[in-house]
Amino acid sequence: MPGVKAAIEVRELRKSYGAIDAVRGIDFSVARGEIFGLLGPNGAGKTTTVEILEGYRQRTAGAVNVLGFDPSERPRELRARVGIVLQSSGIYAHATVAELLAHFADFYPRPRKIDEVIELAGLVEKRDQQARNLSGGQRRRLDLALALIGDPELIFLDEPTTGFDPAARRGAWQTIRSLRELGKTVLLTTHYLDEAQELADRVAIIKSGRILAEGSPAELGVGAGSRYRVAYANGSGELTIVETDDPTRLLNELTSAALARGERLNALSVTRPSLEDVYLELTSDA
Amino acid sequence: MRSAGALLWREYRFERRMFWRNRSAAFFNFLLPLIFLALFGAIVAGHRNELDVIVPGIAGMSVMSTTFTALAYNLTFLREQGVLKRIRGTPLPSGVYLCGLALNAVTNAAIQIGIVVVAGRVFFGLGWPPQPLTLVVFAVVGVGAFALLGAALSHAIPSFESAPAIVNSVFVPVILVSGVFFDVKHVPGFLRDIAQALPLEPLINGLTGGLVQGRGALGSHLTALAVIGLWAVVGIVLAVRGFSWEARRG
Repeated sequence: MPGVKAAIEVRELRKSYGAIDAVRGIDFSVARGEIFGLLGPNGAGKTTTVEILEGYRQRTAGAVNVLGFDPSERPRELRARVGIVLQSSGIYAHATVAELLAHFADFYPRPRKIDEVIELAGLVEKRDQQARNLSGGQRRRLDLALALIGDPELIFLDEPTTGFDPAARRGAWQTIRSLRELGKTVLLTTHYLDEAQELADRVAIIKSGRILAEGSPAELGVGAGSRYRVAYANGSGELTIVETDDPTRLLNELTSAALARGERLNALSVTRPSLEDVYLELTSDA
Repeated sequence: MRSAGALLWREYRFERRMFWRNRSAAFFNFLLPLIFLALFGAIVAGHRNELDVIVPGIAGMSVMSTTFTALAYNLTFLREQGVLKRIRGTPLPSGVYLCGLALNAVTNAAIQIGIVVVAGRVFFGLGWPPQPLTLVVFAVVGVGAFALLGAALSHAIPSFESAPAIVNSVFVPVILVSGVFFDVKHVPGFLRDIAQALPLEPLINGLTGGLVQGRGALGSHLTALAVIGLWAVVGIVLAVRGFSWEARRG
């Protein structure tokens, strides 16, 4: 959307803990209404980055803007406009789902309706259950519900599906997609590739406090330096693999030569590297 | 947005509801001083002088357990569980939240003092407090000082598992030397000096003035009040300084 400022702007962000540099100069921006994924292995600096944006940590250097505010000053208005799902956080174990949502709704100027949020988070059957009786996955959905009760414009999700079984993950993905339909901006961290690929409009791959690549999941798969891989069986039946930046030309040459010889190219395939290949290549220590 | 006062009232009511919801904890919280009163009342039955020591002593112990002990536990638990961090990410002002927690503890202290006063009258014929002003002033200052010291202690507790050991290693020696169960006059001089420098003995001293006939009005307990006041100042400094919203581990 032209003329609309980004929801999040990060420039040259650095964070050191003593001698350890957790974040070493990263830049990215998240447009309004976008789902942005920070993807990287454990210890890459994802959580540090997100916690700076949430106002939990002070940056060492760089510029950060969240919905027009500097989060390090922790303005109350900003806290009223963002929802935060932390990696792990406890809650009053003896309160029911509905009681907790009603209590948290009191904190916000324009909260959503409690039953709407319960439905959105998929907790309808657990509405009057105490938090201590919820399963791990249900607790995580309660975390999401509590982050949504204030009707935030921007939602931070720090590893929202870690520890979920596959069915629960798909359910959580569906909920996160529905946030997009509500026009929310989402910053998501994950170390699951498929999660980033499924959900994110754009992804930044982060490792050792640096962004190694950034773009849409599709773009990253064919990003700079990544090549197409053409495989075929040659005349003696051996599988041959050729990498190229220009698959059109290569295929033309291969097929013309084969036709001229009166042969067929068996097992011909053209693949481009998946996000997974890019990720593994970028984040490998080799 | 709602005013801080309205938010505080809601937060306080929520904390009260959650306190009562955990029935076993609530039950024993109020039963403990009654058990102590019954036991020691039976041991010293009929000895007026002993009862005059036990009743204010247990009132003082109740103040310490409902504020100091309870807040040291609760703040450690809420911090290590990540509840503090979650609340910090919402627009609820941090001060409102912490005041809500403190008022919850203060309410328990007030209820327990009430129980001890009523039990003292009904079971031990102590009469209504002869010096209500002294009682109220010492209760208020004592509750404030012990609440702050409890918050300060929570900063020194690295994990919830270690909380009982650390809190009891402070609580038990303090109630033993401070004359909860006997008259401090009967202990060796050096121990009495230590007890009088700690906040509980001066609190019991003042509560005795409030609860027991002929132990002097407020004016005769000003030194004790000053000692508790000093501990309150120490408590403020330490409670604010070491405060952490996040778990120590992970």
